[in-house]
Amino acid sequence: MGDGHGVSERDAARAAAEAAARGSYGKLVAFLSARTRDVAAAEDALADAFASALDAWPRSGVPSHPDAWLMKAAQRRLIDAARRRRTGEAAAERLAMVADELASLAAAERLPDDRLGLMFACAHPAIDPGIRAPLILQTVLGLDAAAIASAFLVPPATMGQRLVRAKVRLRQAGIPFRIPGPGELGERLAAVLEAIYATFAEGWLDPAGTEARRRNLAAEGLWLGSLVAALLPDEPEALGLFALMLFAEARRPARRTPDGSYVPLAEQDVALWDRAAIAEAEALLTRASALERPGRYQLEAAIQSAHVARRLDGRTDWAAIALLYEGLAVLSPSPVVAVNRAAALAEAHGASSGLAALDGIAADPRLADYQPYWAARAGLLARLGRTGEADEAYRRAIGLERDAAVRDFLEARRAAMAAEAGSQPPSPSNSAVDR
Amino acid sequence: MKYLFLIYADETVAAKANPTETMLPAYAAYSEAMAKAGIIRGGERLQPVNSATTVRVRDGRTEVLDGPYADTKEQLGGFYMVDVPDLDAALAWAARCPGANNGTLEVRPVWEMATA
Repeated sequence: MGDGHGVSERDAARAAAEAAARGSYGKLVAFLSARTRDVAAAEDALADAFASALDAWPRSGVPSHPDAWLMKAAQRRLIDAARRRRTGEAAAERLAMVADELASLAAAERLPDDRLGLMFACAHPAIDPGIRAPLILQTVLGLDAAAIASAFLVPPATMGQRLVRAKVRLRQAGIPFRIPGPGELGERLAAVLEAIYATFAEGWLDPAGTEARRRNLAAEGLWLGSLVAALLPDEPEALGLFALMLFAEARRPARRTPDGSYVPLAEQDVALWDRAAIAEAEALLTRASALERPGRYQLEAAIQSAHVARRLDGRTDWAAIALLYEGLAVLSPSPVVAVNRAAALAEAHGASSGLAALDGIAADPRLADYQPYWAARAGLLARLGRTGEADEAYRRAIGLERDAAVRDFLEARRAAMAAEAGSQPPSPSNSAVDR
Repeated sequence: MKYLFLIYADETVAAKANPTETMLPAYAAYSEAMAKAGIIRGGERLQPVNSATTVRVRDGRTEVLDGPYADTKEQLGGFYMVDVPDLDAALAWAARCPGANNGTLEVRPVWEMATA
């Protein structure tokens, strides 16, 4: 870049390109690959288009419609690539498809939004469930494989290969980029929502927000959730999931003390909860209930709603929460739901009924490395004075925890229990830790 | 499959933070959780690198040197050997290691020998 085009022009160009990337990436990919179903080629063409934008915009100024500019640049790349492959048998067909797209783009006043169709393709039954959320993050949001890999605890090279394989499958299996008809919408929507929730949950695992990548993932999950809720306003589960994520996000500022210590939900300072987010979530949940088709995410959102009701009168209706978990256990049984139901039962009817519920699921082999089960068990055993067993369960929970702040919290509970029981703490537990 | 977790951390930082008091209970719980899950095959904490000695034989002459094989910013401080179904499981366990919070874990698959 020559003189006279200073840092500010470059920054403005970069900011405009990034804004376009965030808001339009999925639209551009969806449009560029809708007919060819070749997501990888669309992404390559877009990457080139973004590179030329960063080169051209500081000199020529940011165009009034950055999306259209990027679309045309990417289209040219796709046409070039198709021409280069002219000898291939499919080249003529591809050229025709690209020309067709160009024509329809010229006819369209605005960039069509087929991100939802793209998401349904990514969450298609023919695509391995484990790769659906990463695939959506990459194709709709443009996240790179390394960032996605770290969030899902997978080696970057492996994640890259899985994404490449999934894209090949999208193209070869003939998976359509469209919103399914009413007959199959419910089941297919569940897969899309599950992928969005997985994205949010990975981000939620880093409650302190110390890892920028993870925190961004929670934000991306919320954004995808808002998109689906806006595009399918009559699907109560789409509204329910967005409400659920908003409720959870509203509590983020209260999940850690300023020095980074873990604060359990029941002890969170309600003044730190984001009231605007809660109000929005409540409104979504009301709209969802009015559609009179209950589902898993609406129930989970209702549970969150019951928890945050504590901000109003300082009380938590544990019996209602236990009942909601019971409903959830019927709709979508899992160790997560079972453990939460037991915890709610303990608050509503006493520690022994909570423990009885935990005993009821103890044979499930998935619990061997499920931290919340052991933490809940430890807490209830401690309340019942069964300190020996509680101590063992605490140790198990501590050993299974990834988050140092939660480990410290459990260690402190364990030490407090030992002190209360009149004995020495089982090990020196120094709270002046270096974090 | 067997995997070796190599735990690297800056010894000088760890020494200042008094690791014996803060990290030991966490490591004990971690080892116990791996034992209960039936995946642990071994593991030890190592003395600091200044205790290391290197040995090599070249042209029939034995050389013994003070110090570690390589001077690095973070030092190998301990290891675990685990037996889990696949790399995904290995990484999930590695992320739970207390050493992952203040250091770095290297996860290496073991070269499985064909049993004769």
